[in-house]
Amino acid sequence: MTPNTSPYLLELSGVGKHFGGLSALAGVSLHIRQGEIYGLIGPNGAGKTTLFNILTGLYQLDAGSFSFAGRAYTRCKPHLLAQAGIARTFQNIRLFANMSALENIMVGRHLRTRTGLWGALTRNATARAEERAVAERAHELLRYVGINRPAQTLAKNLSYGEQRRLEIARALATDPKLLALDEPAAGMNATETGSLKKLLQTIRASGITILLIEHDVKLIMDLCDRVAVLNYGQKIAEDIPQEIRRNPAVITAYLGGNPA
Amino acid sequence: MRKIIEYKQIVTTIALGVLLAILPFVTDALLGRGWVRILDFALLYTMLALGLNIVVGYAGLLDLGYVAFFAVGAYTYALLASPQLGLHLPFWIILPIGSLIAGIFGALLGAPTLKLRGDYLAIVTLGFGEIIRIFLNNLNAPVNITNGAQGISQIDPIRIANFSFSRTHEIFGLAFPSVHLYFYLFLALTLLVIFVSARLQDSRIGRAWMAIREDEVAAEAMGINTRNIKLLAFVMGASFGGVAGGLFAGFQGFVSPESFSLMESIMILCMVVLGGMGNIGGVVLGGVLLVVLPEALRNGAGPLQQWLLGRTPVDPESLRMLLFGIALIVVMLWRPAGLWPSGVRRRELEAVDGIAQQEQDTVYDAEH
Amino acid sequence: MDILLQQIINGLVQGSVYALVALGYTMVYGILGLINFAHGEVVMVGAMVALASIQVLLATALAPVLVFLLSIIVAVAACMALGYGIERIAYRPLRHAPRLAPLITAIGVSIVLQTLAMMIWGREYHSFPQLLHNGSHNIGGAIITEVQIAIVVIAILVMLGLMLLVHRTRLGRAMRAVAENQTAASLMGVNINSVISVTFMLGSALAAVAGIMVSANYGIVHYYMGFMLGLKAFTAAVLGGIGNLRGAMLGGVLLGLIESLGAGYIGPLTGGILGSNYQDAFAFFVLIAVLIFRPSGLLGERVSERA
Repeated sequence: MTPNTSPYLLELSGVGKHFGGLSALAGVSLHIRQGEIYGLIGPNGAGKTTLFNILTGLYQLDAGSFSFAGRAYTRCKPHLLAQAGIARTFQNIRLFANMSALENIMVGRHLRTRTGLWGALTRNATARAEERAVAERAHELLRYVGINRPAQTLAKNLSYGEQRRLEIARALATDPKLLALDEPAAGMNATETGSLKKLLQTIRASGITILLIEHDVKLIMDLCDRVAVLNYGQKIAEDIPQEIRRNPAVITAYLGGNPA
Repeated sequence: MRKIIEYKQIVTTIALGVLLAILPFVTDALLGRGWVRILDFALLYTMLALGLNIVVGYAGLLDLGYVAFFAVGAYTYALLASPQLGLHLPFWIILPIGSLIAGIFGALLGAPTLKLRGDYLAIVTLGFGEIIRIFLNNLNAPVNITNGAQGISQIDPIRIANFSFSRTHEIFGLAFPSVHLYFYLFLALTLLVIFVSARLQDSRIGRAWMAIREDEVAAEAMGINTRNIKLLAFVMGASFGGVAGGLFAGFQGFVSPESFSLMESIMILCMVVLGGMGNIGGVVLGGVLLVVLPEALRNGAGPLQQWLLGRTPVDPESLRMLLFGIALIVVMLWRPAGLWPSGVRRRELEAVDGIAQQEQDTVYDAEH
Repeated sequence: MDILLQQIINGLVQGSVYALVALGYTMVYGILGLINFAHGEVVMVGAMVALASIQVLLATALAPVLVFLLSIIVAVAACMALGYGIERIAYRPLRHAPRLAPLITAIGVSIVLQTLAMMIWGREYHSFPQLLHNGSHNIGGAIITEVQIAIVVIAILVMLGLMLLVHRTRLGRAMRAVAENQTAASLMGVNINSVISVTFMLGSALAAVAGIMVSANYGIVHYYMGFMLGLKAFTAAVLGGIGNLRGAMLGGVLLGLIESLGAGYIGPLTGGILGSNYQDAFAFFVLIAVLIFRPSGLLGERVSERA
């Protein structure tokens, strides 16, 4: 495996996806640099989540390809992409509702650990050590994202904001290179969004690249190094936030004709 | 505080141990030997329920044809230790073989079908169970393998190193009849299965299963190879079924396709769901209840009517089935999560945090 | 070759019955995501009630045709009431319960119905009287009776009627809305509970008709007749793509044909190793094979996970 010499962690080339007659994505090419916070915006139905689903293997693309960390992908199973280092959260929060907050995060550690059937049955020293490490890391992540509830609280009993943060913690547990967040600030008030922004900046400072779908324009402008705009499945702009804000095509399509 | 809880646990465990040790004798004395045999069956079915619990309770895979693996285990045992094929291999060889073959069947069925969505998997497993039963019922021509509907009889009873379980033995001056011996054997194996289940539940694999049960898409996105992990659950469940099947064959001395019908699969599923899916204690409770209660009803329905009405207008067998059906409905309406669901266990664990938890909650409520 | 036409005819007749019952399963599944295990017993109850009312009415001086028609009406009404009752008692309280809970109550209802039928009508096979002239016709060497022709025709009419209802009426639109998204439908003013009850009653009515058809065709009624039939019909619904009306009809007819042709040709196909006693297994084999290659059934939609 050749080391990633390109400055881009993730590159999409002409990615296309259609559902029957409907073209959800067409000819989308993006370039995401290592260590940046990259925003993906666009009206509802523009194809943002579809793009996420392709990057994480939930959908298979119909055209084009993408390369991540030096490897090219056309079709890939979700768990392999997770192993390669892409972790995500979901637009509609998909936690393991009846498992505890701690267990949710521990599941995130699954792909970086190895205890199998034998270890589970015998609980030998290696297995126990790994289990301790997993639990410790999970507790750490719980604090890191700012959840102050008992670790045993069932995920479904957490508040909305806590659930969003738990999903991020779970994704972080997979030791990703790229963290793909699908509308993490949805339904949050200004205070909560503020603390989310701080969290994301801390995550980026730890070396993880962040890909962010959001509708909260202020958050995007404050947080992102660069932003891409999708409309009707096509990329209409890819630039720094200040330029995006002034881009006429973007204004017409998304910001509704009123430069913020 | 913790010391007291641990002390309580030790005392409870010892008390339970003593109770189980004397249970066969007590039952024999109070209710007769037939009831000890019923307890033996209760243990066998509890093993089955625990096996299915891995598939349905942990991994969330709806298997409506679990009895197929029970059948494979039983018939493997029967074929290797009876006049049918003239083979009489020893117990310690054929039990693992039965388990292995059941596991193989599990892999064969699971590999192409576990990708199916929940309810489609349900009908496929149901179909598989029926296919096995039909084949067992008809593989007596052109070559007689299973002896068709008549089944295979004169199966060698279980014998471990010259200790035959089918005879009464005197140990420490106490007479242990065959049914009592089988009770202890099955109890030991059930405890083993419980041990394995408990270990699996609190392990990396157990968590992966539960993640898949809760949300398979999210589980896969978190890096879990869902296909392989589901297959693992399925094969493990199948091999447990195979073990129970082998024991069943040796115990009963006779197997026929009748014992492996769709109704049996449904019954085992009811044990798991009714008892409390995913919770070992609940599943054991379900297993024991659903074997013991129908028997109690069968024996009691006649006398009960006699006592209440002075005559027996309703055939006890029908009444038993009727009450059973009503019980299923009533229990699920009353306790949809089962009699002893895993949430209860969790809340018990949380109670140890006690006061701190209460304070947290009040602050939280005030903020929101 | 000489049995081919006969097997096809038998298959179409049986398939029509399967289709009617499969529709009941698929409608309930489409709306509630629930496998209504008790549905097969409703078929049996339809047959039993029809038989009972025929026996009662025959004692009067009414013409046989009238007796038959009235009995059908009574059976359909009884089953609709039964379907309504089952939903209210065993499923509605569990609408927000864990997914497997209503499955268990469904099993409980199935057991209760079967046992009650056994207690009321006994374990014997009852003969279903032939009330109408049932001539047989010879088509190219194969025999088809008038009852069988009636079965296929009525099944087609009923299915057309159902399609009309679902696609052309306000009620049908409501049903489809509830099947798509309950919350949204209720926000649009649809009375979810009513729609669900109607769905159950419709399915039960179809079941009653199917039960009478089976009894008229084979001439026997038995307390256990619903079980296997229900199972096969459910298989047919899954084969066609559960939740999909056209799928249920296609699945039903296909299953009937597969079983019939299978029964006829398994022997020659496997060189005499397997006989027609493997007929039931054959149907399940086909199901598994189809689902492996088309995981959502023949006409089922590919469920794309919208993450």
